[in-house]
Amino acid sequence: MGNWIINNGLSAFIVVVWMGINLFLFVWFYLLYDTGDAFFYTRHLLGSALSWARAPAAVLNFNCMLILLPVCRNLLSLLRGSFVCCGRTMRKQLDKNLTFHKLVAYMIALMTAVHTVAHLLNVEWLNNSRRGMYDVLSTALSNLSDSENTTYLNPVRRIDINAQQTPTYFVFTSIAGLTGVVITLALILIITSSMETWWWVIGPMILYVCERVLRFIRYMQRVQYRKIVMHPSKVLELQLVKDGFKMEVGQYVFLNCPAISQLEWHPFTMTSAPEEDFFSVHIRSAGDWTDKLIDIVQNLPEGAQGPKMGVDGPFGTASEDVFDYEVSMLVGAGIGVTPFASILKSIWYKFKISNSKLRTRKIYFYWLCRETHAFEWFSDLLQVLEKEMEERGMGNFLTYKLYLTGWDQNLRFHEGVHFEEDTDVVTGLKQKTHYGRPAWDKEFEQVRKENPTSVVGTFLCGPAVLAKVLEKKCAKYSDVDPRKTKFYFNKENF
Amino acid sequence: MGKIEWAMWANEQALASGLILLTGGIVGVAGQFRGWPFAAYAVAAGVFVCLLEYPRSKRAKGTSVERTGQYCFTVCVKSFGPVTRNYYVRAFLHAAICVPGGFMLATVLGCVCLGIASLIYLAAAIRGEHWEPILPQKETTRKTDAVSVRNPPEMPPPRPPPEVRRKRVDDLEGAAYENPIPVSDK
Repeated sequence: MGNWIINNGLSAFIVVVWMGINLFLFVWFYLLYDTGDAFFYTRHLLGSALSWARAPAAVLNFNCMLILLPVCRNLLSLLRGSFVCCGRTMRKQLDKNLTFHKLVAYMIALMTAVHTVAHLLNVEWLNNSRRGMYDVLSTALSNLSDSENTTYLNPVRRIDINAQQTPTYFVFTSIAGLTGVVITLALILIITSSMETWWWVIGPMILYVCERVLRFIRYMQRVQYRKIVMHPSKVLELQLVKDGFKMEVGQYVFLNCPAISQLEWHPFTMTSAPEEDFFSVHIRSAGDWTDKLIDIVQNLPEGAQGPKMGVDGPFGTASEDVFDYEVSMLVGAGIGVTPFASILKSIWYKFKISNSKLRTRKIYFYWLCRETHAFEWFSDLLQVLEKEMEERGMGNFLTYKLYLTGWDQNLRFHEGVHFEEDTDVVTGLKQKTHYGRPAWDKEFEQVRKENPTSVVGTFLCGPAVLAKVLEKKCAKYSDVDPRKTKFYFNKENF
Repeated sequence: MGKIEWAMWANEQALASGLILLTGGIVGVAGQFRGWPFAAYAVAAGVFVCLLEYPRSKRAKGTSVERTGQYCFTVCVKSFGPVTRNYYVRAFLHAAICVPGGFMLATVLGCVCLGIASLIYLAAAIRGEHWEPILPQKETTRKTDAVSVRNPPEMPPPRPPPEVRRKRVDDLEGAAYENPIPVSDK
């Protein structure tokens, strides 16, 4: 229980505060319109339907203000920068932004439904009152403004149109009605179109203008190709240079290639370190856009520049926090290793210049992969690091374990025959490749044993199932006692 | 626009429209609004649209995610054959269904949304998409040499006992041992 509070306490608190504000707004405005003297006569015409329309409206105002904040990435990056003083927990909160965005969206949908139904009743009853179908007072109230020097209470004015069509006419010809219809339609379209895949199709998202303008400005800035490398297993590496581009470890960018699609922006984690004078991405063949890009690049003449590319970013994610923890456990599944490629490279550079600001004194790196081919582009990096660490006598700084989760008979016998050799048969590295999935209990035990008093940050870039497992292990092996080992879990997501 | 499957969006839009039409209809009938027969129609139409649109189509590329409990609906919709398979039919059907909703305010939103869904279905039909049922996979016999990633090995590969593993270069005769597990050349 104590561990749950440490890991999820702040999120739960924020949700409770948010719900509290919603409830307060709803009840406050409901009572205002249900008991306020100023609305006495309106209540005579509409009963509680008035309050049932105004209360969700207040909640809607609040939530529509909130809805975009969790997903305005540029704003988020700024916020992350300014939260440096407030510690890890605050920044971890920003990673739950997607969940919060969805929560706010559900509230907006619910309140819209209540608000709309209440207004339907309102308009119907206002129309009926106007036509004298109810009591004398209702008719009299509705007739206000028919004579000179009076203003109206009942907004439905015309009685010469077909009575059944009057509500529709009223809604579509009044500012309030028309804007309501347009906004509701836009909301419905945004929700149904966002159920598509992880692609962001730019629709009539007027509200995203600021974010888009900024993106457009960035897109106009020139991006040069420094190097293009085609790796085995259909992995494309692009090394790009852009004026004024500054990144931090584990950040990602959005790429747009007008030659493939004008409208699509796709996120890619950067695999280069901030210390380098270029930035790189490794793009794996995973769909139409990536396939087309690989195709274009493969047909380029030798030494030519690649297709025009727009770059928006960099945007920050959890990996920035790696160096804040004394001990870090990095888990990357398959292509999910990319943010950690950036981190490990950065470590290497920091070592070279003996950067004393490095708070981290131990890193455990776990790479899970199905097949051996995908290793190759990364194993070069690991080989260099291995050598570097040994030369400086810092072999203990980085412990890494590689797990082959898919294997066959041939590999097994091959390994069995060669196991005595110093270097691994698969990767050529000193550390051996393990087969199958890691036994996380053993790993966490080992980390806890070797670091009895530290705060350990666990970072994952991989499937949601693994996230659940690691989150549970973090909770299980954390000690509530602040002097003992504590595990914090951070998941990378887009 | 890349390989965006318009039918997926049309389906979400149509399902949402069905629900909105249904809700508007219920309000109209319960509140005994003017023109409540149209609302009653909207209730029936809304239910029909929801039933038709609930089962998701199998995607042309990529994994299809079923809606909870959609299998029985899939079977029903599939049984109508080409009528439900073809998106031109759906486009015109939705266009026709939505019209009576325009006659009273409570159902007008459902009408407009369904009209939009009809247009998106038309776009999907023009691009050649069609509805495919998502049916449970038949168990296929695994190829004998296929890599199984479902059950990754938990134990390391078999190795000779530790005492024997150490290289005894000085006593090659004594280092030889009888392998308990038969080893083949393949």
